[in-house]
Amino acid sequence: MKARHKRFAIVLGGLAALGIAAALILNAFQSNLVFFFTPTQVANGEAPKDRAFRIGGLVKEGSLQRTDITARFVVTDTAKEIPVAYTGILPDLFSEGKGVVAQGALGADGKFTATEVLAKHDENYMPPEAKHAVDQAHEAAKTLKQ
Amino acid sequence: MSQPLINWFKFASPASFYPLAGKMWPWFAALATAFAAAGLWISFFVAPTDFQQGEGYRIIFIHVPASWMSMFIYCVMAFWSAIGIGFNTRLSGMMSSALAPTGALFAFLSLWTGALWGKPMWGAWWVWDARLTSELILLFLYLGYIALTAAIDDPRRADKAGAIVSLVGVINVPIIYFSVKWWNTLHQGASVSMTKAPTMAATMLWGMLLMALAFWMYSIAVALYRVRAIILERERHATWVAELLEMQR
Repeated sequence: MKARHKRFAIVLGGLAALGIAAALILNAFQSNLVFFFTPTQVANGEAPKDRAFRIGGLVKEGSLQRTDITARFVVTDTAKEIPVAYTGILPDLFSEGKGVVAQGALGADGKFTATEVLAKHDENYMPPEAKHAVDQAHEAAKTLKQ
Repeated sequence: MSQPLINWFKFASPASFYPLAGKMWPWFAALATAFAAAGLWISFFVAPTDFQQGEGYRIIFIHVPASWMSMFIYCVMAFWSAIGIGFNTRLSGMMSSALAPTGALFAFLSLWTGALWGKPMWGAWWVWDARLTSELILLFLYLGYIALTAAIDDPRRADKAGAIVSLVGVINVPIIYFSVKWWNTLHQGASVSMTKAPTMAATMLWGMLLMALAFWMYSIAVALYRVRAIILERERHATWVAELLEMQR
């Protein structure tokens, strides 16, 4: 084994060891690395109970109600739902059927009082005409099913 | 052993790489300018408005290519560092330190443009989610590399220390890339990836890819330019530098 082979072996071995260490650390901190909990996770009791946390999901269609500057809406992951109340300014991208992340605390009545609401954008980028065409196609598919 | 077509080790010597880099960088600079002109034109005048974000989405034409470059340049630095440790070549360390400032620039651009986009779209300049935090760590790794190599006087020792930082830090790159898959993050998933069809309109995609090419060419041009300066500085006592100066006189 030449000296340079040995050095390459050390580099590769070192990287492999570091990679495994990083994987183990990240795995151990898995629960702290999530930015939000889904309603299903909250229902399963995975969310922290004694401190504020974030919930994330979609704003349920037709669930948004506004009184003055308080907004009430339902966050859903299509399996479970959590009603949320928030007083403050909602971000531009906030709308029904879109992703949302809310920070706050879960009350004993199962209602979530948010102190901050962030809109979660998806990875789809398209012009308004294309979006219109997609919506039309969805509508057509729905009518066909009925 | 048969003679290889190109003797790569010839160009591992700073004395022969210096003129080669000098010949190459203007071409890459010219390509960067051409790609940037085409990319910016598509980004601002051809690409359609987004159905949901309006004009604000146009930040992706800088944000996404900058983020890609910040991750890729770090991988290239780690590659040169491994070569430098393995073959004990002087040029590898110089390449690494020539790339670092450009990488740091792109990491900063990525974070800054992201913050400008995040405020109106998400409702926050900054959140501590896995993607944003790991990209911030990348910026700190670049700055750490630059600071560490600058703090050690002997360039060979500085290169060794820097090589270890860049090799250890390279673990962070896959974490940045996969963070949106592995954990719940506020940052959206990838619109363009190697495993599935892109989820964006074709003209938007073209604008983004042209800008990415422009950033590539810019990075190569600037790194070559910078490595020439580093070579001259480190080899200033070598005879070939004296001869070079003699020729130019």
